Amino acid sequence: MARLNVNPTRMELKKLQARLTTAVRGHKLLKDKSDEMVRRFTLIIKENKRLRDAVEAELSETLRQFSVARSVTPAYRAETAFAMPSVAVKADCGVKSVMGVEVPQIELAGEEDEGGLPYAYPEITSEADYSVTRAAALLPKMIALAETEKTVRMLAEEIERNKRRVNALEYVMIPQLEETIKYIKSKLDENERAAVIRLMKVKNKADV
Amino acid sequence: MTGKIAIIGDGDSIMVFRAAGVATFPAENEGKAREVLRKVAKDYQIIFLTEELAKPLGEFLKRFDEEPYPVILSIPSQNGSTGHGTELLKDAMDRALGVDILFNN
Repeated sequence: MARLNVNPTRMELKKLQARLTTAVRGHKLLKDKSDEMVRRFTLIIKENKRLRDAVEAELSETLRQFSVARSVTPAYRAETAFAMPSVAVKADCGVKSVMGVEVPQIELAGEEDEGGLPYAYPEITSEADYSVTRAAALLPKMIALAETEKTVRMLAEEIERNKRRVNALEYVMIPQLEETIKYIKSKLDENERAAVIRLMKVKNKADV
Repeated sequence: MTGKIAIIGDGDSIMVFRAAGVATFPAENEGKAREVLRKVAKDYQIIFLTEELAKPLGEFLKRFDEEPYPVILSIPSQNGSTGHGTELLKDAMDRALGVDILFNN
C-alpha cells in the first residue's frame, strides 16, 4: 500500500493520527448502517415479491377478461364508451425516510367509490363492468407495489453506495494512514537516535 | 402533496384503467413511450408502464430512481406477465445483497 506523500514531522503525525481515529470510527458507523440497511432491505424485498406476485396474477387475469369482454362489442363502440374518463383517482404522495434514504409513501386519497361506471350500460357488456370494478379494486394494491418497488430500488442503490464507502475506508484509507504513521514514527525515531549518538560523540570529544 | 396517476401502454391494455379513473396515455412502441414518459413524468407522480414498453427502456427508467417521485412501475399487459418485474427485483437484490434470498428454491 502506497503511503501518503507527507513530510515526516511530528505535526503531520498528529494530524494523521487524528484522521485515522476519525476514519476508524466512520468505518464502524458505516458498517453498522450497512448491516441495518441490508436487514431492512431483505424485509422489504420479501414484501415486494409477495405483492408483485399477487398483482401480476390478478392484473393479467383482469386484463384478459376485459379484452374478451370488449371483443364482443365493436371496436368503435367500445372506444366511444370508454372515451370519457371517470373521476380521476388521486393519491396522497408523501416522503418517508428509511435509513436516511428518502422514499415515497403513497396512499390513495378519498375513494369516491359509488360503484358508478363512467359509461352508459347498454353500450357494453356486463363482463366489462366487472373487469372495470376489479381494476379499480386492484389500484390500491398496485400503488402499494409501486411504493415498495421504488423503495427497494432506492435502497439497493444506497446499499451499493454505502458498501463502496465502507470498502474504500477499510481497504484504502485506513491502511494508507496506518502505513504513513508507521513511516513517520520510524523516521522520527531514527532522527532521535541520530541526535543521541551525535551528542555522545560530542561528549566523547569534549572529554578527551 | 396530491399525486396523479397515469398509465402508459398499448391501447387495449390501458382502456380498462381509464374507466377506473386513471389517466391513460397510449404508446405503441419504445420511441413513442419514451417521448410520452418524458412529458408525463413532469405532471404525474405515479406512472404505470406495461412490461413490453418498460423492458427496452430499462436504462432510461433507471434515471428516475434517484428521486422519490415519479414512481414508475412496470405491470403486465393483457398478454400476460413476461417476468420482467421479477427480473428487476432480482437485479436489485443482486446489487444490494449479492445473494439470492427469494428465488433459491
